[in-house]
Amino acid sequence: MTVTDASVAAPAGVPDSQQDPGRWRRRATTIAFLAPALVMLCVWIVYPTIRTIIRSFFGRDGSDFVWFDNYQTLFTTDTLTKAIENNAIWVAVVPATVAAIGLIFAVLTERVSWKVGFRTVVFMPMAISMFAAGVIWHVMDEKDPQRGAVNAAIGAVKDAFGSSGVLLDAQAATPTLTGSPQQGFVLRTPLRPGQTALMGLTAIPPADVPEGAKQAAAPKPQDGAITGTVWRDFKPGGGKPGVVEPEELGIPGATVQLRDSGGSVVATTTTGDDGTFAFTDLDQGTYRAGISSKTFDEPFSGVAWLGPSLITPAVMIAYIWVWAGFAMVVLAAGLSAIPRDVLEAARTDGATEWQVFRRVTVPLLAPVLSVVFVTMIINVLKVFDIVLSVAPGSTQDDANVIALAMWRTSFSGVNDFGLGSAIAVLLFVLVIPALALNVRRFKREES
Amino acid sequence: MVESRSAWVVRQFARLPLQLLMVFIAALWLVPTFGLAMTSLMPASVISQEGWWKLFSDPSLATLDNYKAMFDNSDLVDALVTTAIIAVGNTLILVLVAALAGYAFAWLPFPGRDALFIVVIGLLVVPLQVALIPIFSLYNSTGLFDTVLGLILFHVAFGLPFGIFLLRNFFAGIPKDILESARIDGASEAWIFIRLILPLGLPAIASLAIFQFLWTWNDLLVALTFGRDVQPLTVAIFSQLRQFGTNIELIAPASFLSLAIPLAVFLAFQRYFVQGLLAGSVK
Repeated sequence: MTVTDASVAAPAGVPDSQQDPGRWRRRATTIAFLAPALVMLCVWIVYPTIRTIIRSFFGRDGSDFVWFDNYQTLFTTDTLTKAIENNAIWVAVVPATVAAIGLIFAVLTERVSWKVGFRTVVFMPMAISMFAAGVIWHVMDEKDPQRGAVNAAIGAVKDAFGSSGVLLDAQAATPTLTGSPQQGFVLRTPLRPGQTALMGLTAIPPADVPEGAKQAAAPKPQDGAITGTVWRDFKPGGGKPGVVEPEELGIPGATVQLRDSGGSVVATTTTGDDGTFAFTDLDQGTYRAGISSKTFDEPFSGVAWLGPSLITPAVMIAYIWVWAGFAMVVLAAGLSAIPRDVLEAARTDGATEWQVFRRVTVPLLAPVLSVVFVTMIINVLKVFDIVLSVAPGSTQDDANVIALAMWRTSFSGVNDFGLGSAIAVLLFVLVIPALALNVRRFKREES
Repeated sequence: MVESRSAWVVRQFARLPLQLLMVFIAALWLVPTFGLAMTSLMPASVISQEGWWKLFSDPSLATLDNYKAMFDNSDLVDALVTTAIIAVGNTLILVLVAALAGYAFAWLPFPGRDALFIVVIGLLVVPLQVALIPIFSLYNSTGLFDTVLGLILFHVAFGLPFGIFLLRNFFAGIPKDILESARIDGASEAWIFIRLILPLGLPAIASLAIFQFLWTWNDLLVALTFGRDVQPLTVAIFSQLRQFGTNIELIAPASFLSLAIPLAVFLAFQRYFVQGLLAGSVK
């Protein structure tokens, strides 16, 4: 859509004569068209802005003029400086991240056939309220891996790279086994291929025995291999320590390490359901077997996303999830406006895809990138709802941002309108550069 | 063509890693919303112990009980109605007021027009936080506090800068001849506005209406500040959220409902939404 110079539409050369009967009618028409909008803008935006600036120099109840006291309070109160600090982090991290992700997605979608589908999916969160997006991520970020999807995913990845045991209180039962759950256990007897390793543990509550455990099996000696069993060396009524007996369960999933005489680990394996394990194809020599401390790791209990130290990154992730689609759509539109032949020419000249991207695409997209960047800075300065819904009440102080601080100071029981106004003015001052940029861009486009 | 087909296969195969990456990203973007939908289908007794993926291993758990309970909760039903009234009402008023002003800025010359339009553009970025306290006092003294009308008027006012900006730019692009000939034929400005501008400006008006509808449906801050008993969905959920963890079986369906409607509007009118977005940010 092009912006034509609207003044051309003026009936050119209408003489400014008193005789013109249509003149006042035209004036009245113009006023009738404009008045509703102008009145509303004045009452709801212009007047309150001025009022807020004045109000920020008055105290809590508005009767005493306090000069800059509110501003001093603003920059010296812990929760408020924390809000400013957090907002600074937001401005430093989020706009750049959103623009980068948007650019990557915009470029990648050019190369697949289902780009409309992809863009719809990534853009979708834009339609959702910031508040609902926050609720969504609050649910995702629950600490308990049983309930929070993010921690469940992290837990699943961790499990895939090493099983985690739960035998925190285990002790050695076999006399030659020494160590502790923290350091792991080592069998002091040196072993040669063909021998067996019995590694009994006790002090394991029945509930801690890993799922799927079966009756322990005594290891069978095997040529050129060291076999062994890790089991719960305890049965009701006692039993003999160091001997696999009926009713004693194997410990599945325990990590067993085999070290050579020099002490370095030559092989690692995990035990089966009956607690047995085997190191096969060993060279001659002496070895030591041990149970790695990995077996006794504390189970993954979840990252505290909603706790005080990670709450701001957690809210940012939710926010980026919402806004990435905006950046992608705007940048994709910018990309499609780049003439194909410019890119083709660069490719013909032998530029790699990366060079084309770095040297041609990005510079040509710079104006659009800056629009995304500025828009995101304004948005990030005003971030509010999503903090309120992602952060539980207990960590809202840690996640505080300027807009939230303004609301909490003014309306959430504190009701200090003087300080609240000062915070609002700070917010206003911070967006003024963006305001100036908007006006300048408009003037440039009009001329 | 055999050669080109095999070339096509080879090319698709070479793109497999990219395809997989894109599928992964798309899944990443879908899972959170999907998870909330699944959570809203879980029985209250299970919700506090199990994640929503439990429904995959035990689909028989899925139930609509939470939705039934929600619709039995008169607070939430009222909130849904309130949200709809605010969102639809303010959108209609905004479109009318912004279109009138947009037409004046595009086609009715008056002294100081360009300067005034620049002021409107300046108002685009004014954070609504600067208006909260004075309007709070104003509403308290005029009886507009805690009324649907008060919320509607506030939303209209803060939608105006963008609305006027968008519509003025679009109206200015309407061919001059159409308007000129109507004027020569003696048509009044009101006739031109209703019969020419509104129909011709429909794409931009649709963009604006969708934006404003979504923005006000999704609002929390304004309603939280100027309402007490008048609660849209977001505020109703917010008050439930203060006891989070104990009543997620109510929060999850309510949140899903509150996002399902804007999502449906977005999917139905995606084209206008994107157009408006581009006009607002790039142009």
